[in-house]
Parts: sequence; C-alpha cells; structure tokens
Amino acid sequence: MKATSNEQALLKGLANNDSAVIELLYKENFNTIQTFILANNGSYDDAKDVFQEAMIALYEKAQTQSFVLTCQIKTYVYSVCRRLWLKRLQQKGRFTHPIDNLEENISVDDDLEAHAKHDAAYAIMDRALKSLGEPCKSLLEGYYLQKMDMQALASEFGYTNSDNAKNQKYKCLMRLKKLFFAQYNIGE
Amino acid sequence: MEDLLLLETIEKYLDNQMDAQEKAAFELVRKNTPEIDQMVVEHAMFLAQINQYSAIKSIKQTLAQTHQTLLERGDISNSANVTNGAKVIQLFHKYKKVASIAASVGGVIALFISGLALYLSPVSHSSQIQQLSNDIAAIKKSQQYQGKLINEVKSKLPAGVKFISGGSGFLIDAKGFIITNAHVIKGSGAIVVDNNGKEYFAQIALLDQEKDLAILKIDDADFTSKKSLPYSIRKSTTDLGEEIFTLGYPRNEIVYGTGYLSARSGYEGDSLSYQLQMSANPGNSGAPVFDNDGEVVGVLSTREAQLEGVVFALKSNNIYKVVNDYNANNEGSKDIKMATRTNISRMSRKKQIATLESCVFYVKSFDK
Repeated sequence: MKATSNEQALLKGLANNDSAVIELLYKENFNTIQTFILANNGSYDDAKDVFQEAMIALYEKAQTQSFVLTCQIKTYVYSVCRRLWLKRLQQKGRFTHPIDNLEENISVDDDLEAHAKHDAAYAIMDRALKSLGEPCKSLLEGYYLQKMDMQALASEFGYTNSDNAKNQKYKCLMRLKKLFFAQYNIGE
Repeated sequence: MEDLLLLETIEKYLDNQMDAQEKAAFELVRKNTPEIDQMVVEHAMFLAQINQYSAIKSIKQTLAQTHQTLLERGDISNSANVTNGAKVIQLFHKYKKVASIAASVGGVIALFISGLALYLSPVSHSSQIQQLSNDIAAIKKSQQYQGKLINEVKSKLPAGVKFISGGSGFLIDAKGFIITNAHVIKGSGAIVVDNNGKEYFAQIALLDQEKDLAILKIDDADFTSKKSLPYSIRKSTTDLGEEIFTLGYPRNEIVYGTGYLSARSGYEGDSLSYQLQMSANPGNSGAPVFDNDGEVVGVLSTREAQLEGVVFALKSNNIYKVVNDYNANNEGSKDIKMATRTNISRMSRKKQIATLESCVFYVKSFDK
C-alpha cells in the first residue's frame, strides 16, 4: 500500500514543523499507540514517550530527500512504536511475550538504526551545550537556534557592539565544537 | 585569535556570504591547504548537526504542546482506559445507510397511500386533494434527497473513503450472517465483505469486544443466500494434537494454511482460546479454523509477536454464546440458525476447500 498524495502532504507538513498537521497526526494515531502500550505492561507516560519518539523518527525520515513511505502513516507509526516499546521492555528486563492483534506492521529496523544515531547526536549536542555554561550557551542558542542576528544578540547580552558579540560567539563556538566532537568521535 | 578569524571565514564561506572574488581566493587556499580543507568539511558537518539539533528541539516542543492541547480538549486521555471518541457520531455513520433506506421506503409507502387516496377520494373534495398532492410533491422531494444520499454512500466507496482495516470472516448462517473478530471492525464508515472479488455491503449485527467477536449481516440486494452451509460449528472443545486448517484473507486472495492444536488455553492461560501451531498473518484475523472433517473449531484471532507460528484462536463455543446473545434480542425469522451437521467430512481436502471457499469472506472496514 503506497502512501496517498494526501498522506504525502501530511508528511511534508510534518517536515516543515506545521503545528496543524502535527496535531492531526497526533490525534489520529495516539490512541492506537496508547492502547497497544497499555495492553503491554506500559503506562500513559510510556505511551507518550514512545509515540513522540516515533513522531521524531518519522520527522527525520520525512526530511531526507530520497524519502518515500511505502505504507500508510499509521502503519509506519504503529510499527515504529511497537519496535521501540519491545526494545524498552527488553531493556527493562520485564520482557513478557507481547501480544498483538494480527495488525499490519512493517519492518522498520533500518529506520530505527538511523534514528538511534540521530538521537545519540542530539544527546551529545544537548550535553555539550549544557556544559558550556552561560553566556555561551544562550549566545549560541540565540544565533543558531533562534536565528537572531548579531546586532540583536549584542544588545540583548549587553555587548558594546556586534563585533565584540561576534568575537565572543566564535570563542564559544570553538569550545562547543571541541566538546561535541570529543564525544561524537568516540561514539562513531 | 587567528583560529577565530579562520572560523569566521569558513562560516562566511559556508553561509554563501562571500562575493565571487573572495570565494575564488578562499577556494584556492582550501585546495592548497589540506588542513583548512579538513576544517571546512568538519565545520560544515558541525553546522548540519547543530541545525538538526535545532530542528528536533523545535519539533519536540511542538509535540509537547500538541499533547497538552489535545489533552485539554479531551481528544486524547491520560487515563488507563482508552475510549474511541465520539460514540454518537460513530453510531450515526454506522446506521446512516439503514436510516436513509428506511426513510426512502417510508417515502414510497407514503406516495402509494397518497396515490391510493387520490384515486379513491370523491372528486368533490377538490381542495383536500390539492392539499394532498402538495404533500406528494414534498415527499417526492425528500425522497429524491434520500436517493441522493444513498447514491453518495454507494459511489463513495472507491473514491472518498479510506480502507482502514481488513480481516477475514465466515458464514454462520446461510442467510448471510458472518462471524469475524471484533478488532477487525474499525472506523466509522461502511463495512464491505468480499468473496472471490464480489463485494457486498454488511451491517454490524452484534459486537462483543470482550470475546472479540462480531456478527455481521450482509445487507445487499446482490447477495443471494445459500441453501445451507456445508459445515457446523463444534460445541465441545477440541483436543491437543488435532490437525486443523484455515482459510483466510491475509492478502487479496484466499489463502489456505494448516497446523495443529498445541494447547488447550490461549495467551497467558486465556480459557476462551486455544493455542495453535501454524503460520498466520495480519488479515487472518476472523478466519475459521476447521478440523479434518471440516467442522469449525475456532476463530483465528491473535498471534504471539515474538514467536514464530504461535497463534491463538477463539474456541468455537464462543460463537454459540454471541449467537444466543443476538437471538435473545431478535426473534422469529431473523434468528441466526446454524447448521447442525457437517457434510464435507468424507471429501478430499481439495474438495473441502472448493466447497468452503464460498463461505469465507474478506472483511473490509472503511473510514469516512
């Protein structure tokens, strides 16, 4: 079953972080996942975690150029959640044989491997940013995440001019890079 | 200091903020100095990482917000019991077709009666007749409207509606009663059963989520009911080692599979089910499980996800329970009457299948 054009549009919306689309996807899929997780030794919070992680995996997939979804979105989300949850159960050591309805699900191992890599990189970046300390962290977040320009950043942080702010930003950036790559290369 | 300048230059280069001359000069430096080239590559990669980080961070925020909004609006729930949302709307969709048919039947009768009245009334009451014919016009109009509704429902199936769930089911009464798993029935739209490419509309006659069984009634003028069914449904339990076979629709075509009964209870000791050793795929849900004689001993329903070939089937006596529930509420000719004997027991398997094939259906649920 190929994704229909309607579903393609939804995926595009997801890739653009369109909140209306995300709300729709959330509404249509969350209950199924919740039912599945609750039926398999999970809690409401587990369902929330797993579902959001699956949505991020789908988002990452939707962002790549060569991306094609070969099934319906709901099948994909269900399959990812199912796989993620079984993995977590295994890790927690309370692996009971899971039961599911003879519901359609597809193999998502490759995608999840890619997602795990992304997730690790995300965690490393998060840690690196946090260990930078202020004002470096906020300065870099302002520039790279909120995409503020140097002028605005200078006045917000109280630098006398944007050149000084820029100078500081590069110093911070070098530290961040060092922190990031120290971890990232070990992970590779 | 020099490093900072270099970093700034690289970032400027990667951001495409250099003019042509600068760019050419930098590219030359890059070509001749492997260290700088390496730094450019490294920085490009780092920028990609930080952009990805930024994107994921904002999607995480959106997701958290969405969750909160939906929770507040009641579209999702944080309790351990999940309900499937607006029941009234589901019921409305479920019975819309019946309602429109009923309304149009009503319309026809009204037309007939008013026609009769028109024909029989004395001519002198001309003002009354006038009144009546007005009514007829109104009725006609409403009937046209209903007719339109019916057409819409029919023509919508291939185009507008979404196929959301598929499974198998089989006849338990030659009049057109089909049994399947309750979890096969999903969505708010039509239910269509398909046998060998011929599709029929069906209505839900009974839904028992606890036993995970559903009874469907084929409600389609194209359906011709059979004289009798070739198999009966076993009341007693079946024993270990009994060889069994099944026919179902894990794909668009009917598929045959065999195995044996491997345990008297189902998942985690579930006494409503048997455990079978056979292969089953999504779509097999609701398929009949026959013994060698061709008698129904169960309804295929779930499988164990991590173990190959471990499948669970609801015991056939559960069918009697739901049928009794149904009959208790529907008396007389609408009763479900199940066959009492199986008349394919001495046939070869191939002949059995040929006979049974026409009794097993592909059950499709649609969403509006």
